[in-house]
Amino acid sequence: MNIKIVAFGIATDILKARELEINIKDGATVEDVKHYLKATYPPFEKLASLSLAVGEEYRADDYIITKNQEVVIIPPVAGG
Amino acid sequence: MKNIDIQLLERNLDSAEAEAFVTNENCGGIVTFVGTVRKFTKGKEVQRLEFEAYEPMAIKEMTKIANQILEKYPAFRIAIHHRVGILPLKGIAVVISVACPHRKDAFAACQFAIDTLKETVPIWKKEIFTDGEVWVAAHP
Repeated sequence: MNIKIVAFGIATDILKARELEINIKDGATVEDVKHYLKATYPPFEKLASLSLAVGEEYRADDYIITKNQEVVIIPPVAGG
Repeated sequence: MKNIDIQLLERNLDSAEAEAFVTNENCGGIVTFVGTVRKFTKGKEVQRLEFEAYEPMAIKEMTKIANQILEKYPAFRIAIHHRVGILPLKGIAVVISVACPHRKDAFAACQFAIDTLKETVPIWKKEIFTDGEVWVAAHP
């Protein structure tokens, strides 16, 4: 299935794009997408943390993503 | 929810606006935290900061913090205003104002709010130095 990936902060620099579409197995979880990202873009391994959000909420590793969902990469936050 | 004022703004922040919102007759203590742009980070000279937010989720997460404040503390009102965009030295990045009946709770609630904001709200800042730039906190 195809899913849309949206990046912010340093993730934009790593992907060299704000958005991209990836193809991943049906029923993929947040953990699967993290593995995909780290394998495809090794600089993600070096970050202090890596979270993913779906539907404007942080999602745990076992969260199952459905096709056409938008997955947002949340690198370490630094507000304030 | 008129006890909570959450805003992401691309214009200069003004702590007086947050304080005006939280001021109410049930409260005798208002504590405001103002986060500003500092010139030196680990000895390097900062020229400016650039803030980027995943806006709908940032608003959601700041609203969660405000609701937690109202649940955990005897707070009546809270305002959280965060800046996005480019900020010069001394510029205000964040204003958090909490009103409680007594000062002790207001201090504690305000501290909880800024500490939690720094951990959960999807906002990123890039420090622009004279000789390069870095996304803050990205690497351990």
